[in-house]
Order: sequence, then C-alpha cells, then structure tokens
Amino acid sequence: MTIFIPTPLRPYAGGNGTLEVSAKTVGAALAELTTAHPDLRKHLFNSEGTLRSFVNVYLNDDDIRYLPAKEATEVSAADTLSIVPSIAGGTGCN
Amino acid sequence: MTVTIENQTLPELTTDELSRYSRHLILPEVGMEGQQKLKAARVLCVGTGGLGSPLALYLTAAGIGTLGLVDFDVVDASNLQRQIIHSTRDIGRKKLDSAEEKLIALNPAIHIVKHETMLSSANALDILKDYDIVADGTDNFPTRYLVNDACVLLGKPNAYGSIFRFEGQASVFATKEGPCYRCLYPEPPPPGLVPSCAEGGVLGILPGLVGVIQATEVIKLILGKGESLVGRLLLVDALNMRFRELKLRKNPECPVCGANPTITKLIDYQQFCGIVPESKEEKAMKNGIPQMTVKELKRRKDAGEDLFILDVREPFEYQIAQIGGKLIPLNDVPQRLNEIPREREIIVQCKSGGRSQRVAELLKQQGYPSVVNLAGGILAWSDEIDPAVPKY
Repeated sequence: MTIFIPTPLRPYAGGNGTLEVSAKTVGAALAELTTAHPDLRKHLFNSEGTLRSFVNVYLNDDDIRYLPAKEATEVSAADTLSIVPSIAGGTGCN
Repeated sequence: MTVTIENQTLPELTTDELSRYSRHLILPEVGMEGQQKLKAARVLCVGTGGLGSPLALYLTAAGIGTLGLVDFDVVDASNLQRQIIHSTRDIGRKKLDSAEEKLIALNPAIHIVKHETMLSSANALDILKDYDIVADGTDNFPTRYLVNDACVLLGKPNAYGSIFRFEGQASVFATKEGPCYRCLYPEPPPPGLVPSCAEGGVLGILPGLVGVIQATEVIKLILGKGESLVGRLLLVDALNMRFRELKLRKNPECPVCGANPTITKLIDYQQFCGIVPESKEEKAMKNGIPQMTVKELKRRKDAGEDLFILDVREPFEYQIAQIGGKLIPLNDVPQRLNEIPREREIIVQCKSGGRSQRVAELLKQQGYPSVVNLAGGILAWSDEIDPAVPKY
C-alpha cells in the first residue's frame, strides 16, 4: 500500500512524499514505516507508543480513530494511508 | 449549511452595482437575490497576510457588504512574495491601512472595518459577534484554537485554510452540524516540533490557491448553494498538483462542540499550546543551554577572540547571508560530530535561534562541555549589529 508523507515529515522519511509498504494492517504499516525510517517514530508516536493527538492517520479517506478495528484494520495493496499533521501557516509567517 | 443573513429586508442593488455584478446576476446560483445576500453579508478576515490577501480581494470584488480585517502587523519586504494585497511602496506601513486602500480602490462600495489588534481571549468574542462568517488566515496554533472556540461559542462558521511549504489544508468548521478544528486536532503540537513558515518556507502562490478556496466557501455559505467543505478536509499538494479530500467527523466527545462541552468560555491559548512567557532566567539559560546575545558575540569578535561558530542552517540559507560560522546543516550534525571540536566553546547559530537551540541540546547530550546558543540567530544580528547582513 502507499503511505502519503506530508511535507513537514518528509525530512524524516528520506525526503519521500510517498512510500510503499506491504503490511497487512494499519498498525503494521506504520510499524514498517517507522522501522524503515526510525526518525519518524518520535514525530508520530508518544513515549507510550500511541499515535500523537496532533497527528491524524487516514486509511483512504477515513480517520482510523473512527474505524471499528482502528489500527488493527486490515489493509490491501490498493489502499492508501495518509498522515495529516496540524499546520498553522497563513498570515505573516513570521 | 446556509448562513442565515439576519432576517432583514435584503438591500437593493444600485444601478452601478447591477452593471458591476452582471456576471454574477446572470448565474442562476447567484442571481439578484444572491447578490443582495452578498451585499448584506458581514465577513471577518483574521489576518491580512498570505491567505488574507486573496480572501479579502476576492470577497471585496464579489460584492460582500462589510469586510472586517484583523491585523496588527506592518508590511515587510519578505511578505511581498505572497501577500499580494500589499505593494513595495507599502513596506513599513500598517497592513490594515495598506489593505484598506487596495480594497476600496477595487470596490468603493465596500464597508471595511479595521480591527488593529492581536485577536485574544479578551477581545475575540466581542470582535467576532458582529459578523456572519469568519475566515481564518492566521499563522499560529494559539490563534487557530482561539478562532475555532470563539466561532463554536458564537455559532459562526469558520472558513479554514492553512499552509506549509507546498502543502495546504482547507475546510469549513464550527457549523452546527459539522465538526470543528478541535474535532480534527484535539491538541496542538508542542512548540518547536512543527516548523513555522519562517523556518520551513512557503511557496508564494500556495496561499493564493488556499485563500481562494476559503473565499469560495465563504461565498457559497452566504448564497446557500453547492456543497460546502463542512465535514471534509481538502488537502492541496501544489508541488505535485494533487487535491485530495478526507472525511471529517464531528467528535461526540469534543471538548468545545461535543455533547458535553468542557470548554464553555475562551481559555488561555498560549498556555494551551505550551507557550510560556520567557522569564529573565530563561533569557539567559534555556534547557541548560546558555543563551548568548548578538551584542555579546559582537563584543567578543571585536575583542579579537578566535570563536567557533557552528551554523546549522541549510546551504541555500548560508548563500543568502552568513556571519562567518562553519556550516553543518541541522540534520547532518549527528554524522559530522568529528568536525566539531570538543575542547572548544561551541556557539551554535541558525536563522532565529530555534534550530540552533536543538543542536546545542544535542551537543550537550553528546558530552560537549561548553555549548551556547546564539539567541535570535542571524536575524537578530542583522537587526541589532549589522543591517548589511540580509534578512530572508
């Protein structure tokens, strides 16, 4: 499946905008991603290993927090995973 | 979702207006009544910068009756790459005055209300209450949450847009049936983890794209036509020119718009976002790292001291301006420690002092005995010591 990496996190993912993983579940896909790019881990997960509350993960167009199986949701090769962090830029950008 | 323009008789259009808005009037979705609704509408633009420029210009052109602008900043040369409401001759001028002049030139019938202030918990409800819709074009997390909460508390829809580098987000928050910003992001990131546009940069055209999306949503809400972005987050990737959308849900447990809200009045948003005012002690020492002022650096340079300045910015920034530091970009530092002498005092420097603080902390962890951070970075050097060093 394809994982979309947002601009602010690309420096921690080898500069890539998209990455391919072959995991069976959402959780496994994120694990595979952070194993390949360990610097991403602290940006996605807190010290207890749960997803940070300002990072949202979407399976296709659904927030995984609202999927019945959450991170255990099964995925196929045709699915996409999007990481959507909060960004604040707009006005003066000082 | 439709914004109910208060039950009033809609204002008549003048002969000039009939001709000015003829391309709207012949659109069945706008027509005479729609144009009259636009004329009756009051919209608040928070910020007259990157997003606020296209927003304010297009809303004014479209015939919005009353446009409120909130800003307290002055125009800087580095704004002009994207803040197209301001021109070169406006540098140093209040953004509100500069914006008002352009908007009135574009459409003399518009009623501009200038709020020359920083939106705060003390004034937000009072400012927002007089408007039908809010368009949020702010540039920091505390104001994002403040605008959201004030909109939810007052029941005003918020046409939201946000940008970073080549990437933008847009949605409509705080409608009765839809989610709010807190449903999407219950908590802000800790300070320093998400780079600002000043650190990360932004493609000048991107706020144009996103601000125009916000303006489109404002107009649709007033007209009550089409499908708004309520319940959808639009992601704009300008580099690959891809638009994607994600479903947003109203969080039943949302602390501000949920069934049992715990936030029923505005809070301290600086504190909520983990921003604490700097004490005198923190000015001299932050997280165990002494903070050197640019004046102190100048004094020691002038005294002829042989200093080791470590510049942790990117090579392209170094090309624009430098103050004689050794360049090792932030992300390369861990692999290039052998180029940083342990026996010397290391003065770490970046653009404004944020990245250099992180590197200073890293070096300290690595056992470097003497590491200081140059507070304010090369920007402070340009401001206080040598204006010939270009700011960017």
